[in-house]
Amino acid sequence: MKIKLQIWRQKSPKDKGQFKTYTLEDVSPEMSFLEMLDALNEKLITTGEDEPVAFEHDCREGICGCCSLYINGRPHGPAEKTTTCELHMRSFKDGSTIVIEPFRAKSFPVMRDLIVDRNAFDKIMQAGGFINIDAGSALDANTHLIKKEYADEAFNSAICIGCGACVAACKNASAMLFVSAKVSQYALLEQGKVEGKERVESMVAKMDELGFGNCTNTYACEVECPKGISVENIARLNREFINAKLS
Amino acid sequence: MSNSFLSFSSVTKKITMAIAGLFLIVFLMVHLGINLFILPIHDEHKEWFAAAAHFMGTNWVVKIFEIVLMAAIVIHILMGILLQIHNWMARGTRYKVAPKSKTSFMSRYIIWTGAVILLFLAVHFYNFYFIKLGIVEAPAAANIPHPQEEYFYEIAVYLFTNEMIFNILYLVSFVFLGIHLNHGFQSAFQTLGLNHKKYTPFIKGFGKVYSIVIPLGYMIIPLYFMIFG
Repeated sequence: MKIKLQIWRQKSPKDKGQFKTYTLEDVSPEMSFLEMLDALNEKLITTGEDEPVAFEHDCREGICGCCSLYINGRPHGPAEKTTTCELHMRSFKDGSTIVIEPFRAKSFPVMRDLIVDRNAFDKIMQAGGFINIDAGSALDANTHLIKKEYADEAFNSAICIGCGACVAACKNASAMLFVSAKVSQYALLEQGKVEGKERVESMVAKMDELGFGNCTNTYACEVECPKGISVENIARLNREFINAKLS
Repeated sequence: MSNSFLSFSSVTKKITMAIAGLFLIVFLMVHLGINLFILPIHDEHKEWFAAAAHFMGTNWVVKIFEIVLMAAIVIHILMGILLQIHNWMARGTRYKVAPKSKTSFMSRYIIWTGAVILLFLAVHFYNFYFIKLGIVEAPAAANIPHPQEEYFYEIAVYLFTNEMIFNILYLVSFVFLGIHLNHGFQSAFQTLGLNHKKYTPFIKGFGKVYSIVIPLGYMIIPLYFMIFG
């Protein structure tokens, strides 16, 4: 495959940045998207054409939440429920142009090229995404009776990898899907309920303070989430928030 | 600033906006119920309309609701604008490629459909509510006797039969209202935390029907006068 790439290049957080065009030949359809970028960087280094493109990656198996990239107008590219690292070049046509941008949000400043600072998510977690009470060591099975339905829902919320695709996809750069998934994973289980009220209030307050936008229920977040986190979590956050304020 | 509404959390603002929006949704149905008496659906439709208008203008329970209604309108608009400004600021640098995510255009353009409705509301207040308040007079050509708030039927018929531009604005506005409601109805329930596999499909379905039936009901009135004069 022959691929034309338009990639955002920015030397530092203060640099103005610009798009640069590169052409890559002999791209295998079996390559992952990040392997394609590795091949591009190898070419840039060996030919001296440009500095290598900086992008984040770690596990490359869709669980660490490190990879990002806004590919042709969609976070993590065109494949459904797939992280960029698990996206393959067979999703693109031979000879096509791929525009790669960093995730854009005021709360996710660009550090270099395609790398953005997603520390804002860590700060939200530090505001309440934990349990203070002594939950003890591993308990015998069935001492805490949890309905299967709740256990499953809590798990489905907890699989959020915190990649930030929801913020990148949202027209308002809102972090509500992320925050609601984190609130939900605790709110559904007994250990998490103890500090439920304080948690939702402080996490929402931190989210607002960090400058994320407001949810207008457009649900682009749910469409683009590589882990399929449901917007039912956002409704749950709203319920938890109302409950915290009224009781 | 700490006690002002500007410092309320994003979720509080949205919940307030949703409650105001749901109140306005119910009000639309009440208003339509009265408006339909403008049409010749019965021999005494004019008297019925006048009686309903008189009741709405004098009953003390309605007067209290009028204050609630004005508050709901102001809160809904104000919160909408505040949240939208914040949302625009939150993006920072815009994307080169326009978002390709599959989302409903009714939700993406909610602020703009709302802006058209606001424009209509300004015209509507000028044509009716401000006459009731005694701030403006009905068009002189309509020859409406005083007190003019007793003659809303005559004013409405005059506007629908003589002011084509009013009819066009009216019809266009209610198309936009339908689009606004289509997203707004289910969105309000989601913001209030009411999303469940059991009943959300019903809310969404009912919202879609409501967003078509109510605006259509309003649109029938100018269409009747445009066709039958």
